[in-house]
Amino acid sequence: MSTSSTGSWLLAALLLLPLVGAAVVVALRGNDSTAKAAALAFSIAEFALAIVAWVQFEPGGARLQQAFSFDWIPAFGVHVSFAVDGIALAMIAVIGLLVPLVIGAGWLDKLPEGRTKGGFFALILLEQALTVGVFAATDVFLFYVLFEIMLIPMYFLIGSYGGARRQYAAVKFFLYSFLGGLIMLASVIGCYVLAVEQNGTGTFEWAELVKVVSTAPLETQIWLFLGFFAAFAIKAPLVPVHTWLPDATAEAPIGVAVLLVGILDKVGTFGFLRYLLPMFPLASKELAPLVLVLAVAGVIYGSMLATGQRDMKRFLAYVSIAHFGFIALGIFAFSSQAMVGSVTYMVNHSLATGMLILVVGMVIARGGSSRVADYGGMAKLTPVLAAMLLIAGLSSMSLPGTNSFVSEFLVLIGSFPNAPVYTIIATVGMVLAALYVLWLYQRVMQGPVRGDALVGAAGGPGTMVDPAVGAKKAIADLSGREKLVLAPLVVLIIGLGFFPKPVLDVVTPAVDATMCQAALADPVQSGERQLQCR
Amino acid sequence: MSVMSSVLLLAQEQAPAAPVRAEAPPVTAIWPILIVLGAACLSVLFEALLPKDLRWSFQVALTLLTIAAAGVKLITYVSDAPAAGETAMFGTLAVDRPALFLWGTLLALSLGAVLLIADRSVEPGGSFVATAAIRPGTVQDRAQVASTGMQTEVFPLTLFALGGMMTFCAANDLLTMFVALEVLSLPLYLMCGLARRRRLLSQEAAVKYFLLGAFASAFFLYGVALLYGYAGSVRLADIAEAAAGSDRSDTLLFAGMGLLVVGLLFKAAVGPFHTWTPDVYQGAPTPVTAFMAACTKVAAFGGILRVLQVALESTQWEWRGVLWGVAIVSMVIGAVLGLTQTDVKRMIAYSSVAHAGFLLIGSIAVTDKGLSSTLFYLLTYGFTTIATFGVISLVRDSSGEATHLSQWAGLAKRSPLLAGVFTFLLLALAGIPLTSGFVGKFVVFEAALSDGMGPLVVVALVASAVAAFFYLRVIVLMYFSEPAADGPTVTVPGAFTTAAITLGVIITLLLGIAPAFALDWASSGVFAIR
Repeated sequence: MSTSSTGSWLLAALLLLPLVGAAVVVALRGNDSTAKAAALAFSIAEFALAIVAWVQFEPGGARLQQAFSFDWIPAFGVHVSFAVDGIALAMIAVIGLLVPLVIGAGWLDKLPEGRTKGGFFALILLEQALTVGVFAATDVFLFYVLFEIMLIPMYFLIGSYGGARRQYAAVKFFLYSFLGGLIMLASVIGCYVLAVEQNGTGTFEWAELVKVVSTAPLETQIWLFLGFFAAFAIKAPLVPVHTWLPDATAEAPIGVAVLLVGILDKVGTFGFLRYLLPMFPLASKELAPLVLVLAVAGVIYGSMLATGQRDMKRFLAYVSIAHFGFIALGIFAFSSQAMVGSVTYMVNHSLATGMLILVVGMVIARGGSSRVADYGGMAKLTPVLAAMLLIAGLSSMSLPGTNSFVSEFLVLIGSFPNAPVYTIIATVGMVLAALYVLWLYQRVMQGPVRGDALVGAAGGPGTMVDPAVGAKKAIADLSGREKLVLAPLVVLIIGLGFFPKPVLDVVTPAVDATMCQAALADPVQSGERQLQCR
Repeated sequence: MSVMSSVLLLAQEQAPAAPVRAEAPPVTAIWPILIVLGAACLSVLFEALLPKDLRWSFQVALTLLTIAAAGVKLITYVSDAPAAGETAMFGTLAVDRPALFLWGTLLALSLGAVLLIADRSVEPGGSFVATAAIRPGTVQDRAQVASTGMQTEVFPLTLFALGGMMTFCAANDLLTMFVALEVLSLPLYLMCGLARRRRLLSQEAAVKYFLLGAFASAFFLYGVALLYGYAGSVRLADIAEAAAGSDRSDTLLFAGMGLLVVGLLFKAAVGPFHTWTPDVYQGAPTPVTAFMAACTKVAAFGGILRVLQVALESTQWEWRGVLWGVAIVSMVIGAVLGLTQTDVKRMIAYSSVAHAGFLLIGSIAVTDKGLSSTLFYLLTYGFTTIATFGVISLVRDSSGEATHLSQWAGLAKRSPLLAGVFTFLLLALAGIPLTSGFVGKFVVFEAALSDGMGPLVVVALVASAVAAFFYLRVIVLMYFSEPAADGPTVTVPGAFTTAAITLGVIITLLLGIAPAFALDWASSGVFAIR
């Protein structure tokens, strides 16, 4: 296994720091303000560590870097081993960026009675540690363990701090993911049994299992593939196992929705790349049409439902479902260009949709309603907020000049040679994206000031209407804190739109390695980029 | 060996002071059983001779000391026990590695259960009735509830049951196994009827358990008779030999095997032979339920493993398909009916039926891995269950334990520690990683997959997911619901109950994070066939 030991302390620190942070924040939960400050400090420190890890990473070096490993259950060849490749590193960096922003965005949120800020932020930090672990795990058993455990803090984040139907949403979220995980467990054990049969001793080390399983006969691979795929398809989520996401997103607090869509769901597409393609190359090729159909169905179905949504939070969930369709398309089109596009899509989707969710959250925080019909003409009252919604929206519809354009373009152009029909259908999704984003913006922000959320129901309680603008006094533009939260995202969305090289450089070697492991060749060797397998 | 002499031998074995004959077998191996049964007899004398106010303290001290002494004897024996095992008491007991593991498990689990039984802080006077022989609902019954006395006979009964369980899972012939089955069952029937509150429910549970148990014993005995007719011997090894190569009538073998296994499955509460479980779990005093749920399961599966792996191994292709079906039925009944329960004790009862299905999967993988994984699962399940019932006994209102699920709403607000502990235990029962429940499921499923039982594993995983729903429902109630105005209170447990719950929780966590040592112990050897 090619690993380098330099900087292995870094990964250990990245894993432990949020855990320590969670413990400290829990200890301080009696006092809201100190707990909040501690949570923010820990999350910023974690982000700084993630940047150090990014800088230390050598894109041209070994596939897995910053590794560390020790035995856990020797009887089953289970190790606690972590390492990052470019894809995992990019996701860890995104986690590091989003968590402080989420904490900043939730700074003044009102929590349900009896809940403390400390408990809320501690769960977020715990979730952060577990998701970093999921992306960095290089032992399949360990990956499974973290994959299941990370449900528990999220379950409590939705169930304890969410909206009116939070119990239903939390249980639905948990059961879907848990069922997927259990099906994956059958495959995980199956891979282990294969290793025992082939080598005499079993192992869960990812690199070893890839060697064993990728040479198994097609039929075996298909069964094992389906087990992993069930878990990742639910997590991503692909149509038709997506139904938990709109409920979970609609009921989760805004910050939690960002983590859910921006980070947790990426574990699914990450799993496609890290586990499905390298471990089951034959089955991946055999079943690619199945995945492509689901992916394209997700693009179209997600886009259409997003267009028709009356609730802004459910709208966000369907937008994400459409985007996950694009990501899956790029991965299973089997060209390095499309795959690089998908990986950068994972990063850009976290930034763009993360920002969109935060901005929608700010709109909802002002109006107190998530129904689109309750708003109208808000741009007159809150011009900066309107601009932010427009930027996030334009990035979500992949306008050239924004980060998402680069990745969506790469996915489509890379997928075309291998999967022309699917690509053409998916392109329709781009048109629909313009429709749902611009229509939402038009209904909420443009026209005369109207809607119950802004003007207030006549005679109802709490309707302090300011006669000068004809709207509730509480509707104010972005505060300094909110601008501070959104600023890094705006910079990255536009910056990566014009200069995506830093991300491309880090992820490309990992994508090439994945292509080689899956014994895939590029359909057209285009330009300077040549896929070279070592 | 004739039936008569076997019974006589067993009688000897129950009297540890029996004169040692010249050709007597080594007793070092069976000291733990002798200590437990001897102490049980001593405990009966305590009941007869000690004044009433001294009995409780003497009995508790004696019981705890007995378990500790038996544990020490076991550990000293294990360190230099022959790896292949040995037989004791003229070949009626096989003291091999699995038997030693099961004894250790039983002793450790019964320690937790005895701590719960001995507790008198949660319910003033203890969970047991002051005078069993009064009619429920009468004035005397109400006076009995308010009094602080208890029937301390529960301690000798516990010790006899424990001795029976230990004998049961080491029995080397079917007749010893039958006598052990009765020794373990009869005290349990009585103990089920001793609840201080809700006397009617408790007595109903005892009668149900007794009647259905008697049926199961009859099945078992009939099976023994048929197998004796087939093989001409009740020894497991002889039956194995006869079944492996003979032209005798298979009818006797299969009929005997079927009846025998039904009797065993009944004791293990495997569906569809589970019908007594919910009623008995609900009606019995909660400490007794904990003892039954953990220890009886261990003993019964110990017996099932020994019968299947020693006596019936060569005929596995005949019975395997049937037990496949039984395992599936058990998992489905446990998971689906568990969903509809509104009483927390009944819910855990159905959960135990589902777990029995998982255990059966490990048992029918007739491989070394199947054996060691089932043993490990028994250990993990037992500790989690004891702690679970310990926690259940703490949530009370004016009429005793508040076991209706609606009463648990919003418990996390009132008692975050208890809710946290219970959540952890439920997650362990659901099989979430980093708990012992996950490792147990993992090893069992791994053994089953290696033995080519893929479809069964998939059914088991789906059943786990369904079962997870009812565990989650309790977590939802505790954390996400508003507490009821006149909800139950959480009693602050005394030292005994705290110790039992802590023991269960620590082992559940420990075996989830560092299971290596217990796995090694569970796979240290196989059944001795002689």
